[in-house]
Amino acid sequence: MKINVEKLNLFYGEHQALFDVDLPVPEHQVVALIGPSGCGKSTFLRTLNRMNDLIDGVRIDGSVRLDGEDIYDPDTDLVELRKRVGMVFQRPNPFPMSIYDNVAYGCRVHGLKDKKRLDEIVESSLRGAALWDEVKDRLNASAMGMSGGQQQRLCIARVMAVSPEVVLMDEPCSALDPISTMKIEELVSEIKKDFTIVMVTHNMQQAARVSDYTAFFLNGKLIEHDKTDVIFTKPHDKKTEDYITGRFG
Amino acid sequence: MLDVQKTRQEYIHELAAVQDKVYQMGLKAENAVRQAMQALVTEDRALAAKVMKEDDVIDDMIIDVEDDCILLIAKQQPIAHDLRVIATGFKISTDIERIGDHAFDVARVIAKADDKIMDGERAALLKELGDCAAQMVEMAMQAYREGNIRLADDVRHMDAKMDDIFKRTFYSLSQFINSKSMHPETATSLLFIARFLERIGDHAVNIAEWVIYLETAERIHTKKARYAKD
Repeated sequence: MKINVEKLNLFYGEHQALFDVDLPVPEHQVVALIGPSGCGKSTFLRTLNRMNDLIDGVRIDGSVRLDGEDIYDPDTDLVELRKRVGMVFQRPNPFPMSIYDNVAYGCRVHGLKDKKRLDEIVESSLRGAALWDEVKDRLNASAMGMSGGQQQRLCIARVMAVSPEVVLMDEPCSALDPISTMKIEELVSEIKKDFTIVMVTHNMQQAARVSDYTAFFLNGKLIEHDKTDVIFTKPHDKKTEDYITGRFG
Repeated sequence: MLDVQKTRQEYIHELAAVQDKVYQMGLKAENAVRQAMQALVTEDRALAAKVMKEDDVIDDMIIDVEDDCILLIAKQQPIAHDLRVIATGFKISTDIERIGDHAFDVARVIAKADDKIMDGERAALLKELGDCAAQMVEMAMQAYREGNIRLADDVRHMDAKMDDIFKRTFYSLSQFINSKSMHPETATSLLFIARFLERIGDHAVNIAEWVIYLETAERIHTKKARYAKD
């Protein structure tokens, strides 16, 4: 397992948001997290690179192991952790700078100055994010002038540039049109050979199309997880079936 | 805590409507089999003609079911049990349509016969075969209606009984042909009828298997005993 979560409980002050979550994430697989709004899936996603640490009053117990090492160990280097476990957000959030600088940003932060090497990384990342052909002639143009779909692929390229091992995606297509959504989905299927991907999505069909495993959350509990083929044809729990077939929301 | 609200009521009604149409279609086909058998044993050509005409209704019903299923796939992206309702809607309606066709085939033999074609023993055997086939269809459709896996399983096990009656009928008709006590053409027609009825039983078994799939997502295939060497 690339990531192994055991007995994870998370509290926002007095309010418990996650209850005893156990979830293994196999390497080079796509795991989709589904469930109604407020079920804890995004909270869970953010525990995987300790993004919740930024919120006041959050308390976490249980363990999250990345390659066997507990990321909540006090000695964990958070910058290094977030390099290994990158994140793509719901709304594309390019930095107000050129396309090139967006992609090169992470590498520069990590101390890379070699222009030739940066050029290589920018090109390979943009190619990897299926964006190179659309932007190769305007790398110095502002990223803010790109379409929403292009901006999201740019954000994926920016994550890929620092060679993470895991990519977390929090509803990466919710602000995109159907064509851009399909491009991101294709991209996810393509890049999983290099990364392990955990994706929150509200789109059942998207979960069914792109993921290898699906985990269903409800009221902060992981109701069940299994191969996506099983969850979408023969879920074990009635609650899962009711949710994926749209019986409640 | 999440306020769980029931949603998609219209979709749920549409799925139920598909199942009801398939069920109604099954009742029509079962009725066609019973009427064809009655036409056969009483050699009632008018009733045979009626059965043949009413097959058009079953043929229209399958198109209606298929159109509903296609629309539901296009508009609702069904998954899990919902998807199995649609998938089995396609499959079961096809089996029912074939059952209707075989009832039509049986009726056609009667409708086209110029002379009396039945005698007591043959009529009894074919009636036994026809009753078994009609009962299997009835039980399969009831299992579908109720989501009754046990009943579906009973239908599967009736296939052996069907095969046994078929074998006896086949043997009896073969002997009749050999003894030259029946015109070979008539005996062949009756053999065809036996075959149609036996096929109706097979389609009922298919329906039963689809009912099990609908309810459990398990794929089952009933092996035919008669293909093994006797």
